[in-house]
Amino acid sequence: MQCQQCDKQAMFHITELETGNVRELHLCEDHARVYLNQAEADSQQDDSDDGSGSIGVGQTAKELSEIDQKFCDMCGITFFEFRNQGRLGCPHDYVQFEEELEPLIANIHGEVKHTGCRPKRDKSAEDQSVLPESTEELTSVIGMRKKIREAVEGEDYEVAGTLRDDIKKILHKWHAEEPTK
Amino acid sequence: MKFEVLKSSVGEWLKGTGPESDIVMSSRVRLARNLAQYPFVGRASETERSEVEEFLRSRLSKTSVGSRLEYMDLGGLEDLDRQFLVERQLISREHADATGARGVAIDSAEQVSLMINEEDHLRIQCLHSGLDLQAVWEQIRGVDKEIEAVVPYAFHERWGYLTACPTNVGTGIRVSVMLHLPALVITRQIDKVFRSLHKISLAVRGLYGEGSQALGDFYQISNQITLGRTESELINQVADVVPVLIDYERRARDFLLEETERNVHDQVSRAFGILRTAQTISAEETMQLLSRVRMGVLLGLVDDLHVSDVNKLLVRTQPAHLQKMKGIDLDTKDRNIERARFLRSYFESGSSDEN
Repeated sequence: MQCQQCDKQAMFHITELETGNVRELHLCEDHARVYLNQAEADSQQDDSDDGSGSIGVGQTAKELSEIDQKFCDMCGITFFEFRNQGRLGCPHDYVQFEEELEPLIANIHGEVKHTGCRPKRDKSAEDQSVLPESTEELTSVIGMRKKIREAVEGEDYEVAGTLRDDIKKILHKWHAEEPTK
Repeated sequence: MKFEVLKSSVGEWLKGTGPESDIVMSSRVRLARNLAQYPFVGRASETERSEVEEFLRSRLSKTSVGSRLEYMDLGGLEDLDRQFLVERQLISREHADATGARGVAIDSAEQVSLMINEEDHLRIQCLHSGLDLQAVWEQIRGVDKEIEAVVPYAFHERWGYLTACPTNVGTGIRVSVMLHLPALVITRQIDKVFRSLHKISLAVRGLYGEGSQALGDFYQISNQITLGRTESELINQVADVVPVLIDYERRARDFLLEETERNVHDQVSRAFGILRTAQTISAEETMQLLSRVRMGVLLGLVDDLHVSDVNKLLVRTQPAHLQKMKGIDLDTKDRNIERARFLRSYFESGSSDEN
């Protein structure tokens, strides 16, 4: 059986008993993990208000639905879409949804800070400042591409042109130029 | 054509030669990486996915590792060929079944595979025969370093390597060993073992089977956590538990020999008998029987057969391998007949003469 959220095989078969309602879920391992983490957080909300940091703890339904409507400035994914799919939309989501993701990540990994390897760019690169603390600046081109599409739709070709130049500059700075065709 | 080469060879990991290879089939590490300048694969447009593929292909070709690899455009392959690569463990089932621009680069030893546009933009996999995690880690770290010098990976000071699914964030590493544990299954100790593994945050899944019921007693143990510990710590977490499992399995095998040798010998002989004489046989039954025979070989209950023969048969009797060898598409019924025919002729002709 296929997972209801993606193309993977459903490994978890969950039956939710709600008041007067029986709901069947068939999920792959990843989606089940996201779903169960969420369910656990929800149940903590029901029986405790110790503010232990999980999603939903001490928050009203209204606040929760506000969180769901938050969206990423770069790729446009809403937090609701992420909760449904279990997959984020772009690297910037980790910044945009940092507050919301933190309890979820703490739940999965038991930790909230990376301690492993870090990428090193080509040592021969002139500008060593591109060796990253974070790659947020490069990720910003995702949002700029979206703005170009909007500008072109609005026939604002001047804005689109400026944005294209800006993207080129950023890609060049990070040695991420597109391959020449 | 690359497939002709693949067809006549078997991957390094099947040779059954590495350390502890009586129990440890293979050691694998994979790293999940993404480009900073594109949305993750699931949210990328068709154009963006093609750009990601082009970007990675072009950059990889500039690395010494990339230039040694053979690149295959998965979208341009037949279903059967993709299935073949899955059976070979060079790509994931999801990668095979997906749509859109995606590909894989593989080295001739079938140890390194770079999957482009799987769930993440780049998934680096390294696979060795037997228990060899340290060497696998050194090899994959070397590949990763070469690539990161020319590819801007999405990285965040706090969250580490950024991945499409938060379950992989941080190191992006999945360390796994595939174990053959027939004696623990027969002596009904396997569930106890799994419960204790879950307690220390290790995941267990059956290799070919669905759900937790592993077909042929093959189990994959892997780390679940990827953030907040170093790669070495995560590798050691898996590496430290494997000798314990090996010890349990060996003791269970000794117990079986001491207490129930007649029964075990009988089970192994019957399994071997069916494999040598069946006229039609499913992939599942073949896997179960080969598992018994593999144990029998290692316990000295079967003559004239090597572990590497059984390992090869485990892969070659799978659907896509059978069809590639036969050169035509076969439905399930015909595959079962062809599988039985292949097994009979393999055992008749004397097994060890093949490459």
